[in-house]
Amino acid sequence: MFDNLSEKLQRVFRNLRGEGKLSAENMEAALREIRLALLEADVNFRVVKQLIENIKQKAMGEEVLAALSPSQQVIKIVHEELIKILGSHESKLRFANEPPSVFLIVGLQGSGKTTSTGKLARWLSKNGHRPLVVSVDVYRPAAREQLKVIARDIGQPIFEGEPGEAQPLELAKGARRESAQSGRDVLLVDTAGRLHIDDQLMTELQQLKEQLNPVEILFVADAMTGQDAVKSADEFHKRLGITGVILTKMDGDARGGAALSIRNVTGQPLKFVGVGEKFDALEPFHPDRAANRILGMGDILSFIEKAEEAIDKKKAVEMQRKLIENEFTLEDFRDQLRQIRKLGPLGSLLDMMPKVGMLKDLKDVKIEEKEINRVVAIIDSMTPRERDNHMIINGSRRRRIAKGSGTSVQDVNQLLKQYAQAKKMMKTFSGGILGKKFGKMKLPAGFPFGEMRG
Amino acid sequence: MIQTLFGSVEQEPSLLEKLKSGVQKTRAGLVNALEDALQGKKQIDADLLEELEFTLISSDMGVRTTEEILQRIHQRVERHQLNDAAELKGLIREQLLEILQASERAPARVAEPPAVVLVVGVNGSGKTTTIGKLANRFKNEQRTVLLCAADTFRAAAIEQLEIWGKRAGARVVRQTSGSDPSAVIFDALQAARADKVDYVIVDTAGRLQTKENLMAELQKMSRTAKKVIADAPHEVLLVLDATTGQNGLEQARKFTESSGVTGIVLTKLDGTAKGGIVVAIARELNLPIRYIGVGEKADDLLPFDAEAFIESLFEK
Repeated sequence: MFDNLSEKLQRVFRNLRGEGKLSAENMEAALREIRLALLEADVNFRVVKQLIENIKQKAMGEEVLAALSPSQQVIKIVHEELIKILGSHESKLRFANEPPSVFLIVGLQGSGKTTSTGKLARWLSKNGHRPLVVSVDVYRPAAREQLKVIARDIGQPIFEGEPGEAQPLELAKGARRESAQSGRDVLLVDTAGRLHIDDQLMTELQQLKEQLNPVEILFVADAMTGQDAVKSADEFHKRLGITGVILTKMDGDARGGAALSIRNVTGQPLKFVGVGEKFDALEPFHPDRAANRILGMGDILSFIEKAEEAIDKKKAVEMQRKLIENEFTLEDFRDQLRQIRKLGPLGSLLDMMPKVGMLKDLKDVKIEEKEINRVVAIIDSMTPRERDNHMIINGSRRRRIAKGSGTSVQDVNQLLKQYAQAKKMMKTFSGGILGKKFGKMKLPAGFPFGEMRG
Repeated sequence: MIQTLFGSVEQEPSLLEKLKSGVQKTRAGLVNALEDALQGKKQIDADLLEELEFTLISSDMGVRTTEEILQRIHQRVERHQLNDAAELKGLIREQLLEILQASERAPARVAEPPAVVLVVGVNGSGKTTTIGKLANRFKNEQRTVLLCAADTFRAAAIEQLEIWGKRAGARVVRQTSGSDPSAVIFDALQAARADKVDYVIVDTAGRLQTKENLMAELQKMSRTAKKVIADAPHEVLLVLDATTGQNGLEQARKFTESSGVTGIVLTKLDGTAKGGIVVAIARELNLPIRYIGVGEKADDLLPFDAEAFIESLFEK
């Protein structure tokens, strides 16, 4: 999609080695690339202008360090400037001294308020709270029904109110009574989507705020928002005094420059990011990762965390032993593929990786999940004995396996060939390198196959 | 004249008026900013060009489109074809119109109803609302409509569509939440054939363009539609939120690859967002804009016409 900023800067600075200092001349092209990268990430134009000025001030006259290449050095400065705006640490939710703590969830239409309300309720319950949710969206067709279904899915209670109730305030008050009575300590109020210029509906929110006295007013913003992000965020903040931001749809390929704009214009911290359609796909916001992503430099930390979560450590150790002792069977192979599949859509994982250095060539690689599913299906169709010893799989067994897995004999042949090759390769490695050098690797060793396409 | 899948229909006389009031905020943003920038300026200098750049980029047109427009201005200034700052507005208007018109294309004519309209887009762009408004529009054109609830994923999406169906007096074909969307399409198209309706509008679940499995699901839905009606879907509309930034280009690109988008519906233009990303999309992908959404009421969906759109932006 976009060229990575660090690649571009490397090109810009190719001729710089040997020059002692970053100067107006050699910085000019670099600053242009930085500006372009920020604008393409949807960072607000005015924010970009200020940033470029700051970066220039900081970089000018700096000695080119021995340890870093000029491009690394400039990226470091850019990164630091972004962090300065985004905040340097995670920002926590606030709770009222006396329960229930009311959280008001606000934002434009389609930003993801209802889904985020569900995710947040689930997150709160996992973190020792007892949330209650209520929808006061009396406008959008079936909006209250939507939250009801979500509440059921996440197993958290909802205050439904009268179906015909047309007053958001009445619904919210009813919900607060209910949470006090049933000992719920957080009340999440999902409000209707509205335009920041809709005076009537903005007044409605102000009334909700006055009556409910919320400890958190969370502004839900779509990560794909462009230059207009500053206007809506600014207006919501002016009218309501938001206390934090939830950035949604970060599982796509938007760079999320809006985060920077919103933070800059409101001064309020980003607290969570939505990273998927499932209700557990809500993560605390990490400023440094967001900065990398805005610069198109991947999110290696999230990747590692996700991998650590998904991969069964015990199995990994066992797998390593098997690899070393060359007992790696088709069954193990299938386990490995399943673990890879558990990591989620492979494409999105690859997107999290920085596309520099040795991984550069991975840029356009697509690992077909379909391919993995097919391989798993083939192995599923084998008998335990066949999985243990692939040597016994003769022609008629191959035909049976193909039939059972809905594939062709060629597919089965190909799998067996690749497996044999992988095994052979592992045998070569297992002598030493794998056990020692890669001993600490947490990913399944030797990403086996699944078609890689350049 | 508005081109529809069944030929052209007369444009309501009040359309331009509506368009003007609908894009009032957009106008206020883009054109007023331009005018502010040009106010009292005689000379075209670096400061003025920077103001222009700011105005264009603020509309989400993107750096490349903006640079192209400014480049042309720069060229004309150098050749002394353009001296007066006052001419700049006209020049920018001309270029925007040129880009948008170049991608205009009438929808394919449908010889025999039902015409199948597949509506796709990312989460929260406004698909279901757009479908409700479309159903209303077709009904006002004296056409019969059937809605297909193929968003079987999002909670209460089917209920939301049913409410719109009731408002527009259109039958809704549905299955239970969580069922295979392709199966719903199959049912809906068969029902549409039996009922001899003019339009089938298919609601699909929102999906981010990076989710390959979900994009493949769209392909399957198209294939299934073809099993019932060979040349379906006749129109594939990508619903795009006007607040979308540069990611809109990727959305248009990936949805076109997977489901053959034939046109764009730009929603939420009643806010302050300018929807400039459609200019970038028109320029790079040659996709026409079919409709714009300018409010939450059933008749707040207007057919897009580049000339009228630009005119409503630039005329008082």
